[in-house]
Amino acid sequence: MNQNIIHQIGRPFLLIFFLFIFSHARAQTDLDGIMMNKNQLCNGLMYNYSSWNYYWEGTLKRNNQNLGMVSSQSVMYGANYGVTGRLNVMVSAPYVWTKSTAGTLHSSRGVQDISLFVKWKPVLYSSGKNKISLIVVGGFSTPVTNYQIDYLPLTLGLGSTNLTSRAMAEFQHRRFTISGSATYIWRSNVKIDRTSYYDTQMHLTNDVKMPDASQYQLRTGYRGRYLLAEALVTNWTTLGGFDITRNNMPFPSNRMNMTTMGASIKYTLKQDTHLSLLGGVNYTIAGRNVGQATGFNAGVFYAFYLNKTSEMNAKKLKTK
Amino acid sequence: MKRLNLLYFTLISAVVLFLSCSKDIVGRTDNIPALTPSNIDLNAGTWKTILLKRPDTFVVTAPAATNSPAYIAELNEIKGAQQNISSAQKDIIKYWSAGAVLRWNEIMRELVAKYNLPPYQNPDGTYPGPNANNPFAYPQFPFSNPPYAARAFAYISAAQYDALVAAWYYKKLYNRGAPYTVDSSIKALVPKTVLPSYPSTDAVVAGVTAEMMKLLFPTEIAFIQQKLEEEEEYRILSGAEVRSDIVAGEALGRQVAAVFVARAKTDRAGAAAGSPQIWSNLATNTSALGQVAWISLEFPKRPPMLPLFGNVKAFLFDSLTVIALRPGPPPSTSSDDFHQENEAAYAQIKNPTREQNRIVQYWADGIGTYTPPGHWNAIAAEDFIKQNYSEVRWARNMALLNMVEMDAAIVCWNTKFYYFNPRPTQMIPLVKTLTGIPNFPSYISGHSTFSESAATILSHIIPGHASKYEAMSNEAAMSRFISGIHTKLDCDKGLEVGRNVGNYAVQRAMTDGAE
Repeated sequence: MNQNIIHQIGRPFLLIFFLFIFSHARAQTDLDGIMMNKNQLCNGLMYNYSSWNYYWEGTLKRNNQNLGMVSSQSVMYGANYGVTGRLNVMVSAPYVWTKSTAGTLHSSRGVQDISLFVKWKPVLYSSGKNKISLIVVGGFSTPVTNYQIDYLPLTLGLGSTNLTSRAMAEFQHRRFTISGSATYIWRSNVKIDRTSYYDTQMHLTNDVKMPDASQYQLRTGYRGRYLLAEALVTNWTTLGGFDITRNNMPFPSNRMNMTTMGASIKYTLKQDTHLSLLGGVNYTIAGRNVGQATGFNAGVFYAFYLNKTSEMNAKKLKTK
Repeated sequence: MKRLNLLYFTLISAVVLFLSCSKDIVGRTDNIPALTPSNIDLNAGTWKTILLKRPDTFVVTAPAATNSPAYIAELNEIKGAQQNISSAQKDIIKYWSAGAVLRWNEIMRELVAKYNLPPYQNPDGTYPGPNANNPFAYPQFPFSNPPYAARAFAYISAAQYDALVAAWYYKKLYNRGAPYTVDSSIKALVPKTVLPSYPSTDAVVAGVTAEMMKLLFPTEIAFIQQKLEEEEEYRILSGAEVRSDIVAGEALGRQVAAVFVARAKTDRAGAAAGSPQIWSNLATNTSALGQVAWISLEFPKRPPMLPLFGNVKAFLFDSLTVIALRPGPPPSTSSDDFHQENEAAYAQIKNPTREQNRIVQYWADGIGTYTPPGHWNAIAAEDFIKQNYSEVRWARNMALLNMVEMDAAIVCWNTKFYYFNPRPTQMIPLVKTLTGIPNFPSYISGHSTFSESAATILSHIIPGHASKYEAMSNEAAMSRFISGIHTKLDCDKGLEVGRNVGNYAVQRAMTDGAE
């Protein structure tokens, strides 16, 4: 059933996800309102594919025959652990491949950034069939390897160490959910391999000032016992940075903005509720200094309890 | 719960710590001390000029005596200016006191980087070219690619040098001291010097540079004028020079520039872009010799970069010498040797290491950068800072470096378009490059030629750094092989030619009276 849904959604779009692979584009876990139970560990692999033919040079949308189609793929390991039912810790790291179909630029591959998120649900108010919860998330991500940062659009990542703080509110009525989140991403400066660069002026240093970023997301959908399906809109705005000038190369501290629309589903197997399958599609509807990426992702996750008592308690709760 | 509190506390502390880190970046030359020459080179007025026939070709009239009412009024201007120096003015003093030649070199590099952008194609797949007569229209003039940049650096540096030799001639002749030596109530906000202040060193450099820039970066005249005024204000504010020092200096600078502008207008660079007929002749002539002709690897195919730059008039030698410096041909494009060179390039790019990528990016100096000649200017400038040269010696050393870079560009481009040799990626399309592929023929490597000619003259100027410069030059050359841009032969030949070109600058350095 869920397989079919993935295929039905996946085939017509065969699309994407992120463009210049941002660290925010990992799994659904740190951006949704779903929590693991106490002592429950969910971990698995997620595959992402994204590509674009058009990009925004500043605000000008164009293609580039010397790049053709730029694509990136990644396989990410992710794990989410319930310290309590209201406090989850997540960790993930992707291996990324990038390439272009035209021109002479060499492809890249390697491990990108490791992320650690702590998700806490301090407020849960429930009345009848309605539930309201408030969630806050704190995150940290940093490159695992010393990958080349100044190699856009084929870099593996932007190389900054990020601190993420997010507030999220979720409303649930029966099986229907709607949630919104606001995120501030503090990004460290990055060091590039050359000794100088020009953004809007010459800098005689390899140190690049990375503007911070904000992210807003709205998601809504169905949350059943086995099937979760959501539609989402995400806006990423870089708080500063500069535009790519005419026919110039992109740079890590560009003002990269984008708004994407997407859908994601998660299906937990009835036969074995440890196993769940994830899938999603994503499409960039507006952007600045980024590619107009489309993409998809698919994953398999396995959830289990590290502790028998917790598992028993969880089962009791469910049967009630 | 306690455990949780600890977790939150740690998290919040981490956030606070992070946010408190300043993200402001500091350039390597932002906080360098004021220039304090170890030798004022008082006799530099006798050094050999480049284009000026004599140091006194342009007359600088005798200055007013230091006890004249006119001069006293000028001292009063300084005293007034020094009464309320704002923090912005302090920043200007700090910036310019590092040295006029250094700061104008940095400004020049900034403009080269800003304008080093290949034009976007027309809808029909042809390319527009920048037009010096309509510089603001897209694509703006200039496209400061490596040959253009090398030539621009050379003209500016050579003109600054000649102008400063002339200035030094008059400084010694008129021997008017700095304002603070005449009136002790004037504060010296720069290191004191016994070098005479008339005509002003800074204004000479600013004047000659601003005038040259009208030709080389015509869309930046207003920006340059603002820098010039800022620099002249700094001389008054710092008590280093009076108004008449500055007026005389700027005028002298502008006059000397005119000599260089006249040469630049007739040095054949204006015709270097060629024409569709010339572009196609290059290919047919090469094919007629049974050789694979270079083709552009861009889409749509872009005309080659400045194919006739090899005919530009060099500074250090004549046109026959350019031909004599041109190396012999590369192996025939149908030979096993040539095949092996390209196969080696292919083998090289299959699994580049991170260190190889670092080297490639370090030396790439591609679009949007100050180009390889600019990179060598940066290397030289940052070493010169530590040498405490006088301004005239700074200019002389920069002129030697930049004349050699321009002449290296001429010999290299002459070679590239004489043989019109294909790049590894053209021969083996699987050769992917670790940085952007340049749009001109392969043999010989420009980076190698620029780097070795620069290393040769810099090793002469600072012999203690010779092994460092040699290692840098070799790394720069090999970065082009590592990146899949060139065969190893292209790089080796480039080094060889670069050394030969560099030696012409060494010859000049040994006979220009400065050593």
